[in-house]
Amino acid sequence: MSEQKWTPRIVAFFCNWCTYTAADLAGVSRMKYAANIRVIRLMCSGRVDPQFILDAFAKGADAVLIGGCHPNDCHYVEGNYKMLRRFRLLKRMLSDMGIEEDRFRLEWISAAEGEKVKTVVNDMVAKVTALGPLRLHKKFEEWDKEMSELEHHIQTQSAPAEKEVAHV
Amino acid sequence: MENKTNGNQKKEQPRIGFYVCHCGHNIASMVDCVEVAKYVEKLPGVALSRDYKYMCSDPGQELIAQDIKEHKLDRIVVASCSPLLHEHTFRNATEKGGLNPFYFHMVNIREHNSWVHTDRKEATEKAKSLAHAAIHRVRHHKPLETKRVSIDQNVLVVGGGIAGIHAAMTLANAGKKVYLVEREPTIGGHMAKFDKTFPTLDCAACILTPKMSEVGAHPNITLMTYSEVVKFDGYVGNYNVTIKHKPRYIIDDLCIGCQDCIPGCVYKEPKFLDDFNEGLGKRKPIYIPFPQATPQLVVIDPDTCLQLKTGKCKQTCVEACGDKKAIDFTQKETFTEIKVGTVIVATGFQTFDAAKIPQYGYGIHKNVYTSLEIERLVNASGPTGGHVVMRDGRTPRSIGIIHCVGSRDERHNRWCSRVCCMYSLKLAHLLKEHTGAEIYNFYIDMRTGGKNYDEFYGKLLDEGVQFIRGRVGEVTDWAFTPEEEGYLIIRVEDTLAGYVRRIPVDMVVLSVGLQPQDDAQAVRRLFNMSCGGEGFFLERHPKLAPVNTFTDGIYLAGCCQGPKDIPDSVAQAGAAAAEAMVLIDKGYIEQEPNTAYILDEECSGCKSCVPLCPYTAITYDDARKKAIINEALCKGCGTCVGACPSGSIVQNLFEDEEVFSEIEGVLAYE
Repeated sequence: MSEQKWTPRIVAFFCNWCTYTAADLAGVSRMKYAANIRVIRLMCSGRVDPQFILDAFAKGADAVLIGGCHPNDCHYVEGNYKMLRRFRLLKRMLSDMGIEEDRFRLEWISAAEGEKVKTVVNDMVAKVTALGPLRLHKKFEEWDKEMSELEHHIQTQSAPAEKEVAHV
Repeated sequence: MENKTNGNQKKEQPRIGFYVCHCGHNIASMVDCVEVAKYVEKLPGVALSRDYKYMCSDPGQELIAQDIKEHKLDRIVVASCSPLLHEHTFRNATEKGGLNPFYFHMVNIREHNSWVHTDRKEATEKAKSLAHAAIHRVRHHKPLETKRVSIDQNVLVVGGGIAGIHAAMTLANAGKKVYLVEREPTIGGHMAKFDKTFPTLDCAACILTPKMSEVGAHPNITLMTYSEVVKFDGYVGNYNVTIKHKPRYIIDDLCIGCQDCIPGCVYKEPKFLDDFNEGLGKRKPIYIPFPQATPQLVVIDPDTCLQLKTGKCKQTCVEACGDKKAIDFTQKETFTEIKVGTVIVATGFQTFDAAKIPQYGYGIHKNVYTSLEIERLVNASGPTGGHVVMRDGRTPRSIGIIHCVGSRDERHNRWCSRVCCMYSLKLAHLLKEHTGAEIYNFYIDMRTGGKNYDEFYGKLLDEGVQFIRGRVGEVTDWAFTPEEEGYLIIRVEDTLAGYVRRIPVDMVVLSVGLQPQDDAQAVRRLFNMSCGGEGFFLERHPKLAPVNTFTDGIYLAGCCQGPKDIPDSVAQAGAAAAEAMVLIDKGYIEQEPNTAYILDEECSGCKSCVPLCPYTAITYDDARKKAIINEALCKGCGTCVGACPSGSIVQNLFEDEEVFSEIEGVLAYE
């Protein structure tokens, strides 16, 4: 693998009304931030299914960022609170799985806070760069290989035993 | 479950058309568009991949429509600017080519990419991965229908300043029913307090008060003063509004506006600070804010009225009212519920609190005034009848006007309040006219952009008003020399002359800036709007949708959106009224079909989703043991979808498989 130029891959889920608009504002204001982030637009941070986050990590994301409206400002009244609840639970679960805290982040960014998009992204890229690659998808491959080897091993070992039984 | 409408062959191999836009140099300078197009061409399912200079132009849109027919495309992806800007444009182009518009997906490589990154290689890689995600995603798109929502014909205008008045009048003259809600006892707003208006020196009352009485008398306007919106819900075209009417202790229908009760009050002399006159004058507990107040109704202030405070009063006002019997001390708050289709928010501004800059001495030295106080002082209907008399009873012989108080100031408000230079010039002119005093203006920069504004500045220079360029350090009564005794000394660095000066004056005027109302945040939440960082309400687009908000059917007018002068407020009010009329006259609005629905066969009836919906769109059918979503109530946030443990709720446009394939796509590049 060409690892000398590794840079983090961050998948972000931004709500349509606040954070996505803030990222647009950062663009219109020509603020500059790291290019490691890939934004997926959803209508509300409440739409973020925990599976999206797990899936992103499993498919090779080094970090996941969720952006929603500030508490009390949700376009859909309280979707952001629902996200916050899931975030808290999921964060605990991820740390049990060995995924460091800095790899999963929830930020409230209002439509006016283009500057915050910039600082959050840059800060996150710096922290995740320091942590190094997560590369779960590669690990999965290794684990899968290990499993199939193990399976194979067990099969080849148990096969003669079966024969013996059959003979008796 | 997904091939109800599509043939199976489409599932096997879509024919995706991909377009990457150069946006002139906006994208092409940072993203190698040709390389992106080449990369996408090789992705499975892509039948056509092009780069083009301006996709949003007519030929660009035509290209999509043409290609759909010629190359039998069945999905379209455009990588260009933000979908919030041009998603509709390209959906229309897709539809024009004969496809369902929702077979389109947009990739943002301008706001989220070329404009914010500095490395061409990285930006190009990012564009590729985002395009990859869209190609993955778009194959799962379903044909959808937009929802049509009917629009209630009535309009709510919140705020009765010049912006609200103008918007209400425009709509009412077009035959629309308007509810105009104002929290003060009278409409008129800040403009009613002004004496003259720049640069023409029109008398503010002469141009405003006829409009006010027109509003009061207009058959299409229901005027609700001394009232506030307390509850607001519903959705575009069908908003439910609850309005609270504060008690005036006067029965509206019986009061004829004769004002006999005011001299009848047990207080023989006016004793209480008069808000309308910025506390410079006095009023009685029963009062009318100003002579031309609309509606012409008196108000009783419960905080100062003896009867209301103590219950022990001779009630001489009731005697004075006589058989009209318009005074009712038992009045309580009342509430009205109305239904409207659209709303214009024109809640205005407040001025900066000058006491926050103690070195300017407001509230410390009594001859320091705010500009709004001076407006009342030079006004013929003001507390002094238009005579400029200071708090110590003298007429000023020299006056210093300090610009940018609270504006363009890192410690207070960063922004330029836009009107202060011009109103300072106007006040300089009026004060000179009234007193003949020597007038000094202390400015940072003179900002007199506007029709005939700079000419007005020239006129003031000719009149002999002094202009000193520099931000004032302090206003003090500490005299250094005997000549300074008894004066207020303005200490300022004259940046044109290059030294610090001390200028003794009799009176100081602080040109306070404009800022959002204290309760702007509460109003914003009530109407589900956004605020900019400075607290003014945020328009949908600074250039192309300056009166729209992010909530459909809610429009902005006047200074609640940002500081502006009267002509701009009126122009914006007219624009907001026109936008509201677009919806009303069309009669319906097409809504995004991003609502959620339940897959009956999958729903286990766990009820997890039911309490999550803030719009109570989800109910539980006890008989069938399944949840049901009422599509009319669903606003399409997707919170229930994210929470459903069995994955049996689907959100149109944001289906699970669409998002999962997008995740896969953004991570697919090496």
